[in-house]
Amino acid sequence: MFENSIGPVPLQAYLIVAAFLFCTGVWGLINSRNAVRVLMSIELMLNAVNINLMSFSSYIDGSIIRGQVFSIFVITVAAAEAAVGLAILLSLYRNRVTIDMESFNLLKW
Amino acid sequence: MNLAYSAELICFLILSSIIVAGSLAVVLLENIVYSAFLLGGVFMAVAGLYLLLNASFVAAAQILVYVGAVNVLILFAIMLVNKKEKLKPIEGLKTRKILSGAICSGLLVLLLRVSIITKWNIPGPASIGEKATERIGEHLFTDYLLPFELASILLLMAMIGAIVLARRDISNEPSKINDFNNGKSLTEKEIPLLSENTLK
Repeated sequence: MFENSIGPVPLQAYLIVAAFLFCTGVWGLINSRNAVRVLMSIELMLNAVNINLMSFSSYIDGSIIRGQVFSIFVITVAAAEAAVGLAILLSLYRNRVTIDMESFNLLKW
Repeated sequence: MNLAYSAELICFLILSSIIVAGSLAVVLLENIVYSAFLLGGVFMAVAGLYLLLNASFVAAAQILVYVGAVNVLILFAIMLVNKKEKLKPIEGLKTRKILSGAICSGLLVLLLRVSIITKWNIPGPASIGEKATERIGEHLFTDYLLPFELASILLLMAMIGAIVLARRDISNEPSKINDFNNGKSLTEKEIPLLSENTLK
């Protein structure tokens, strides 16, 4: 099943870790009631995607490493997203004096 | 199996167990400050995985950006909004959690099946190892130049947007303060709407 691997760690092991990290992030994103924890779950999901990109770039695309360039762009976008997300969170907190996700339902029909 | 192989295997096992346990703790712990610090631990472990994959530049960027910037930003946000509040109980919370847990584990099973069953095209071309940093630089200044420049514009926009969003809209103009000092009554002093909430 795990034949053809270069080193002791097969590619699939990295993919399994990344899949688990991604699913944990999705669960936290759905179930967190604290808005800061939602942002933390998004960061977990982005990290899972980065692990996938890096492992593919190392095992399949070892000489051109496009995956590493992509993961650098993902890191950049994640930093911008965290900054804007936390700023939105601060201004929400200033207006509603709560960070409970269930109370942010102004646009709900 | 020689020493380097087993060392790499042990490193991978330790790092992946840190990632799995840490991410579960980030999502499940009650205290959000513990979650934030454990999130930093998860980021460090992911950087360790990048080192195992011969990507020292991305590992350094991961530590600098995630642990140094994003995690600190999250800690700042926690400190700014950290108020002990009783969350209102909502009906069916337990069912909701179990249902979403089932959906997420189904997604996990699907992803695991895909990643194990698919015949990946390995071994690919030989890894260039420590020359990866040079190659990333070549990529960034030749074929990925446009995304690189767009990333700088994106960062500038995010910075300005964050400042505009998080700015406190209290207009303490010097003229008003002077008027207040010159003996006008307290009721005439304008108290902006936003600060009323924050004073509570």
